[in-house]
Amino acid sequence: MSVAEIRYIDKPHPMTGVTNSKLGIWCFLASEVMLFGGLFSAYILLRIGAGSAWPEGSHHLNVPLATLNTLILITSSITMVMSWASLTIKNFASFKKYMSLTIFLGIAFLVVKAFEYGAKFEHHIYPSENTFYAIYFTMTGLHVLHIIGGLIVNLYLLFPGSGMWNKNPDQFMGRIEAAGLYWHFVDLVWIFLFPTLYLL
Amino acid sequence: MGDKSHTLPFWKKYIFSTDHKMIGIQYTVTALCFMMVGLLMMLIMRWQLAYPAQPLPGIGGLFGDGNAPGGIVLPEFYNQLGAMHGTIMIFLGVVPLSVGGFGNYIMPLQIGAPDMAFPKLNMASYWVYFVGGVIMLTSFWVSGGAAQSGWTSYPPLANLASFGQTMWLFGMVFLITSSLLGSINFIVTIIHLRVEGLSFFRLPFFVWSQFVTSFLLLLAFPPLEVASILQLMDRLLQTSFFMPSGLVVTGEALTVSGGGNPLLYQHLFWFLAHPEVYVLILPAFGIITEIIANNIRKPIYGYKTMVYSLVFLGFMSFLVWAHHMYLVGMGTKMSMFFQVTTMIISIPSIILLTSLLLSLWGGSIRFNTPMLFSLAFLPMFAIGGLTGLPLGLAGSDIHLHDTYYVIAHFHYIVAPGTIFALFAGIYFWFPKVTGRTMNELLGKIHFFFSFIFMNGVFMPMFIQGLAGVSRRLWDPTQYAHAVPTQPLNEFIFISACGLGLAQIPFIINFFMSIFAGKKVDHNPWKATTLEWVAASPPPHGNFDTVPVVYRGPYEYSVPELNQDFWPQNQEGKN
Amino acid sequence: MGNTQADYKTHVRTYIIVFAVLAALTMITVGVSYLQLAAVPAIILAILIASVKAGLVMGFFMHLINEKQIITSILILTAIFFVALLMIPVMMSG
Repeated sequence: MSVAEIRYIDKPHPMTGVTNSKLGIWCFLASEVMLFGGLFSAYILLRIGAGSAWPEGSHHLNVPLATLNTLILITSSITMVMSWASLTIKNFASFKKYMSLTIFLGIAFLVVKAFEYGAKFEHHIYPSENTFYAIYFTMTGLHVLHIIGGLIVNLYLLFPGSGMWNKNPDQFMGRIEAAGLYWHFVDLVWIFLFPTLYLL
Repeated sequence: MGDKSHTLPFWKKYIFSTDHKMIGIQYTVTALCFMMVGLLMMLIMRWQLAYPAQPLPGIGGLFGDGNAPGGIVLPEFYNQLGAMHGTIMIFLGVVPLSVGGFGNYIMPLQIGAPDMAFPKLNMASYWVYFVGGVIMLTSFWVSGGAAQSGWTSYPPLANLASFGQTMWLFGMVFLITSSLLGSINFIVTIIHLRVEGLSFFRLPFFVWSQFVTSFLLLLAFPPLEVASILQLMDRLLQTSFFMPSGLVVTGEALTVSGGGNPLLYQHLFWFLAHPEVYVLILPAFGIITEIIANNIRKPIYGYKTMVYSLVFLGFMSFLVWAHHMYLVGMGTKMSMFFQVTTMIISIPSIILLTSLLLSLWGGSIRFNTPMLFSLAFLPMFAIGGLTGLPLGLAGSDIHLHDTYYVIAHFHYIVAPGTIFALFAGIYFWFPKVTGRTMNELLGKIHFFFSFIFMNGVFMPMFIQGLAGVSRRLWDPTQYAHAVPTQPLNEFIFISACGLGLAQIPFIINFFMSIFAGKKVDHNPWKATTLEWVAASPPPHGNFDTVPVVYRGPYEYSVPELNQDFWPQNQEGKN
Repeated sequence: MGNTQADYKTHVRTYIIVFAVLAALTMITVGVSYLQLAAVPAIILAILIASVKAGLVMGFFMHLINEKQIITSILILTAIFFVALLMIPVMMSG
């Protein structure tokens, strides 16, 4: 073994059973749990503080659009995991197809969100309106930033980054798996955001 | 991969290096510069406190009429200095030095790794920290000046502050990001890249301390990020996360929606900031444990107990945060919970301190400069820790909260505590980084005068705090109860000047030794841990042959050996 | 995780079933909201359904079901501190 080589990049560590990038991405997701946890904590506090004055989400927010977005994200999670599964059977064309679908669905989510936000801004409803809208825009806005981040990573892996499949397929598969874990996490956040903001 | 360092262009080898050693040096140099800035800011504040409204001698004209007309420090400028001194020392100085500097350079060597698990991420972490630091510093030059609502940035005051506060918040986002990326790197590296034979309970205590610290950074920083985001929303988009209804400022009602809660910020802030103070102390404990073990020539007493205490301490640090908030009007149930957890958390700290003290018994002690700083750490940390007890109990805290007693308490831990440990680490590992030792005489002068003046600066503050003198006061003599202790401020200022001057032998020694220090071999301290196996300085990739570990980290004075230390990687007795 | 065609087909079947369950649970949670339940049961039900959905995503898409102990240990630790974070509003209203 070369002395200057960092181990466990593409092969798992014997004790933990995972590669560096998998352990790393799970650590990152743990920190993200604390990030969105802080926001949920703030939400609960502000809502309890407002008592009965807190608006009903379903009366002020677009539930059908948000339901559509929920289904879009769930589907994109499927296509994301399918893109990884395609690589396990060495079907690169299938990987490209499913990754493109994932990116497309992510963009679709953003488009729907743009309509949602747009409708609010048209009625001059901004985050400053009240604490309900403040936390709504902040939580969904931060979630949108995470979607955009994921899209950038996925685009990189689909286009310039995909060259690694020829040079080091195991490491590339690890990258897709890590990107997938991140994408599923973003889906997870929405799974809790949706009922909290829109339905309760 | 192989050894490509000799073919790397200058900018890739020194500026955008992915080698953990170069990045460690970058963090160290940058952090030391920031700490110098923090020290100078402190001297200006202490002048103002010692001689209220007197013009600063000599340098008074440097700060402009907006900050110090006629050389007299304005209250607004004083507040900026106060807020930024804390911010710079904690986030730009001590943590980057102890984690980014020492952690980066030494930890991979101590586990036998060729580098960190994610070298490019490591490089990114440094540059994001650098950008955050630049944002923080340049905030002094914007209209209204830098952040001036305390390093804690409580709303509503911070919400209403000038643009510098917004820059502080953006700076914090960069610094938090840097910390998060770094902590992921440290955790994966320590778990995965230990060499064969290096089980967790054979790790040097320094590596354990970096490991626990990284978990604190990973899981505690995000709520502060949330607090910063929400405060940015309040400031930039006029939301009311932290603004209660009906707030009136200078006679006019604020045109915000209201309905917010300033205490939400405090909870989110302290949820990080308490673990943050353990981030400040744990690497320091790691450093001095290495140095004490090496200079007593015997194993550390209670290594395993220390490790368990360290892990327990890290865990408990998440559950004590509201002891910074006893005076907000919390009920007795909440207050009791946090008093109990705070008392519990003092136990592991005492175990760590006691183990190190007991280790000295029967040791063959070498009193070199790093050991002097490490030995001094022990009573200094003891004073700092013990004076925390009346603060951790709500009843006595009523009298002491937000007074100089608090300032004395935490500075005893960070200044003659952590910073002494960092000095010790620099003297100790200088030979590994440069292949030369620092001068012992200059080192001892640096130690002696720093020790005296540290106590000169901070001991009187306990007296002031007990007399009720509040912190963050531009001119304490405005209050009758602070007048009797005002002479102490002169004493403190003179001690602070002495402390500043005492750093000069260190600075001279540091630079002089880089070029003309005595050259030494790879293990001048005759130490057991793996970093001393590598050459001084280690080449790219660190080790000529990958080491294998056969024993624990502190096998000193083992009978039947013909030397008084048994390196971890040495296969048999000789 | 095996890499043969047979394993692949099994996994794809799993994903499709999970997708169907997730979609159904989404419609159920929206449907329940129309029932206009009182606050406490509404919250409990919504969080319960969301948790089941989250469990499915974590278990099958993120492969936590066959993941190693190190990952679950980090997640359990995170969960403990997450609960501590959520205690903030509980404490402040008590």
